[in-house]
Amino acid sequence: MITKKEVQHIAGLARIGMSEQETEKMATEMSAVLEWIDQLKEVNVDGVEPTAHITGMENRLRQDAQSDFDNQTGIVELFPERKDNYDKVKSVL
Amino acid sequence: MFVDSHYIRSFESNIVMIKELHEKLVNKEISAVALAEKYFAIIAEKDKNLNAYLTLTKELALAQARKVDEKIAAGEEIGILEGIPGAVKDNLCVAGVRATAGSKILDNYIAPYDAGVVTSLKEAGAVILGKVNMDEFAMGSSTEKSAYGATKNPVDLERVPGGSSGGSAAAVASGEAVWALGTDTGGSIRQPASFCGVVGLKPTYGRVSRYGAMAMASSLDQIGPITMNVEDAAIILGAISGESKMDGTSAKSPAKDYTQYLTGKVRGLRIGIVREYIDGLGEGPKKSILAVIETYKKLGAEIKEIELPYAKYALPVYYIIMPCEVSSNLARFDGIKYGMRAVDHVNSVLDFVPEDRNLIETYLDSRRFGLGAEVKRRIMLGTYALSSGYYDAYYLRAQKVRTLIKQDFEKAFAEVDLILTPTTPTPAFKIGEKTADPLEMYLADIFTITANIVGVPAISVPGPLVEVDGVPLPQGFQLMAKWFDEENLLRTAHAYEIADKA
Repeated sequence: MITKKEVQHIAGLARIGMSEQETEKMATEMSAVLEWIDQLKEVNVDGVEPTAHITGMENRLRQDAQSDFDNQTGIVELFPERKDNYDKVKSVL
Repeated sequence: MFVDSHYIRSFESNIVMIKELHEKLVNKEISAVALAEKYFAIIAEKDKNLNAYLTLTKELALAQARKVDEKIAAGEEIGILEGIPGAVKDNLCVAGVRATAGSKILDNYIAPYDAGVVTSLKEAGAVILGKVNMDEFAMGSSTEKSAYGATKNPVDLERVPGGSSGGSAAAVASGEAVWALGTDTGGSIRQPASFCGVVGLKPTYGRVSRYGAMAMASSLDQIGPITMNVEDAAIILGAISGESKMDGTSAKSPAKDYTQYLTGKVRGLRIGIVREYIDGLGEGPKKSILAVIETYKKLGAEIKEIELPYAKYALPVYYIIMPCEVSSNLARFDGIKYGMRAVDHVNSVLDFVPEDRNLIETYLDSRRFGLGAEVKRRIMLGTYALSSGYYDAYYLRAQKVRTLIKQDFEKAFAEVDLILTPTTPTPAFKIGEKTADPLEMYLADIFTITANIVGVPAISVPGPLVEVDGVPLPQGFQLMAKWFDEENLLRTAHAYEIADKA
């Protein structure tokens, strides 16, 4: 069972704003899924290696060379707030 | 009850195949421009009811079509896909075209570049009609979780088309597109294909470049085609597969012509079935899959019972790995670089207006109001499972069980060439039927998720119809093959299709 306080903590980490009511609903729904997922505890995984990449691919290397993206305007135009060619955001510090 | 006539026709002789259209273009029976315009007319008529399309790309389509017509007029040879109209799922980028992925947070997002698959299809001359609906960021099994309204199943407008590639499947099944691209993380191509009575192919993990696809769960995602028949799926796969330097996980597999493997011959191929999967089905779906097994026996394939003891854990494994990867991949949607930003003077969607939001409040509110409930739930689950102290208990354990499931498949594929299962436990459910309980919706993917967990290629093919309340509904069956063995997968799927139509 996951508490409302835990949900608030996780929501902060995930950067999702949540109302009191949403927090409560989220706690119930997350608890149900986590309880169901718990069936994995019955599997004995001693000595089993984890799988991160399924076809066992190795690292692929390339030249560490820079190349320009060909549509910089397209990216600049997506900025939610713009000043000249800069993305305007709230002060970070 | 509404049964679309195109759908009924599709089981008769009137299927519009890519090859057939290609010949009409070559023989100048129809021009590429006229063909594109014909499809826009069909969309204008049908999509009022279906809501499959989110954006139409008429200018792009007609420009592409004109090029094909010029080539034909000049007496040049044209490729098999040149001038063939289709649709692209809205989580794949088409340069200069809106891409929402079914989310409000990307309501105003214009893709600055083409996805790898889109570049490939454009180079092959395929005509892009528009972008199609989906569950928000591909999270859902019914397309009800799109921020732009649900898509309806063309077979029965009261039912869901499946999801998350529901727009893709509905567009193809209703004749609004010849082909469509979808993405599949746990069944999102195959399940809607099964619900709408069309073919859906999830290639081997890495077979197709994911560059320009909005990532959901990176270790599971794959792009693939939805089409009316297996041959068309093979043609599209041939165009979109191959290694790409823009996707570090794309496999070293050369692009090739997959249609050459469609020989109709499956004699001697060994097809594995899992007894519990069939025994657990309701009467209708059970009859459907048993009839498929009979057909394969008649065609000379050898049916063998196999066991996949760990496969029952695929669903819980998925619901750990997927949300963890989702929580990381969706961190980029924060209202800073693109998409919706909750700003002080744009507050129409907010229920309160802070005097002056600081940076953290901008993040919190952009995500709060830009993302839907299912997406938030998965981000939250993933953030929880990856948070300090829980990594070993959840993500690491799930990856270990993933190894055990993979070993199940390695053992099975030592004995058989293919594995046959139903695609879905039931035909399409009704709109609103499963929205209340997230867990119940998740169970719609029980047969499809394993192929993503182990990375093998899988296809859904329409099997015998299943009657629900006296109405015949599509029911697909699924074939899975060894890693990178799309050849036997397509061969076997195609053999059933031609036997069924004979």
